[in-house]
Amino acid sequence: MAKAAKKILNDPRRAVSQMIDGLVLASDGRTRRLDGLDAIVKTEIPDDKVALLIGGGSGHEPIFHGLVGDNLGDGAACGQFFAAPAPHIIYETAKAVHRGKGILFLYGNYAGDNMNFDIAAEMLTDEGIDVRTVRVRDDVAAAPPERMEDRRGIAGDVLMIKIAGAAAATLDSLDEVERVARKAAANVRSMGVAVSAGSIPETGKPTFELADDEIEVGMGAHGEAGIARQKLAPADEVADQLMSRILPDLPFSAGDEVALLLNNLGATTMMEMLVVNRRIRATLAERGIAVHRTDVGTWLTVQEMAGFSVTLMRLDDELKRYLDMPCRSVGFSHWGTR
Amino acid sequence: MLATTGLDAAAAAAMLRAVAHAVIANTDRLTDADLAIGDGDHGIGMRRGFEAALVALDAPPPGIDGAFRATGMAIMANTGGAAGAVFGTVFTAGAKAFAGEAEISAASFRRFLDDAQAAVARRGGVTEGQKTMLDALAHAARAAAGAPDLAAAIRAAANGALEGVEATKGMVATTGKARSLGERSLGHPDPGAISLSIILGAMRDFVAA
Repeated sequence: MAKAAKKILNDPRRAVSQMIDGLVLASDGRTRRLDGLDAIVKTEIPDDKVALLIGGGSGHEPIFHGLVGDNLGDGAACGQFFAAPAPHIIYETAKAVHRGKGILFLYGNYAGDNMNFDIAAEMLTDEGIDVRTVRVRDDVAAAPPERMEDRRGIAGDVLMIKIAGAAAATLDSLDEVERVARKAAANVRSMGVAVSAGSIPETGKPTFELADDEIEVGMGAHGEAGIARQKLAPADEVADQLMSRILPDLPFSAGDEVALLLNNLGATTMMEMLVVNRRIRATLAERGIAVHRTDVGTWLTVQEMAGFSVTLMRLDDELKRYLDMPCRSVGFSHWGTR
Repeated sequence: MLATTGLDAAAAAAMLRAVAHAVIANTDRLTDADLAIGDGDHGIGMRRGFEAALVALDAPPPGIDGAFRATGMAIMANTGGAAGAVFGTVFTAGAKAFAGEAEISAASFRRFLDDAQAAVARRGGVTEGQKTMLDALAHAARAAAGAPDLAAAIRAAANGALEGVEATKGMVATTGKARSLGERSLGHPDPGAISLSIILGAMRDFVAA
């Protein structure tokens, strides 16, 4: 077993709570913590706004809680490391962001998240609050297209929160916000590759083991098994492997316009990501697929895991409009496009 | 202890404390089991939940159902993840099964297992054979059916849960984070099933003591 990873933390059991304190401070007054809870909400939420609630396990920063901000999530319920938040945290966060127009729950499709968010949704529904749920299931490696329900959410979360956040800030009905979010969810596909494992501070143990010369294509955001464990390969080859699964899945075709997002799982260098981006752009150009917007960065991490994922979302004019709106948060900011 | 006839509210709370201590003592075992086919957070999650349950059981609300509900709520609020929802559901199902009862009898204990099984299946959208804790719970409920008294019912349930753990080794995970392992999950027991066997094993040891 590998040695425990070096991490500069205090008590690992307090790490999530202390991270949230630091995150709130980093937002310079734009967010606050709910008293006594692992939850973060915007300081100012306009009256009559449709609320967007995001959330999930911690340890993936800046997702989810780092994407609470202007034209993004109104609040986030935070779980412990890689574990869904408990129902009462979700419930209290939902109550704090609700402004009478209903709440959209947006999170990744995992058994734990589904159960805990559903329990909270039932509690809120009992009180007459309109709650809708959109689960992100963009990982094409997790299951074949005919088992879409079994696909987990990975970095497609970022584009989903961007679009749903902008829609929730703009549209005045939950029906409409839900419709836009469902359209975005139906058009987003991702796949990743793991180069080395991350670890949970409290156990110090890597969540999986890969030999020094191995990578795992299609691995999930918690070390869930991928589709191929293989020898380390050049960037172009790995990029081609990912694209060969992502492109036919939707499928993305000539004439499509897409958003492209390259997500660093934590410890991969920007240089590697940009080298990969070059190859992906060449592939897209060859296929006649236009890139409306590119984001390369670090949003959904798995602690010190090395590797990256590629996300494509097919856009229409409406999705472009929401994607292009400015947004601001600690984890994801954008000045707006065009 | 009048274990063979029934457990009153004080004894039920003491039994739940013994359960919590047993789960906490097995943190590392659960971590390792989860690292094999999951993300390795099951042990620390269960420890968080059952440590909170111990605090709640210091001064539980009255009644057997009060102790079970306090345990279930503490687990649901503090464990997080699928485990929090599922194991919280098990104990809140107990609160419903034991509501209004002065003591846990063989019949109410069996009802608790049956209700917990139904509640977990509904909450998780799972059935037997998917390599989850439900497999241990279902084996336990079947094994306890027909037991002549409470001690025998708990003993049978604990043994049944162990059989359920063994059975999960031969299953391919089709739900949860182990799902993507497919065939690679074969040979490994389900960590949640192990947790359930620890819970029922601690109940068995409590009534045997």
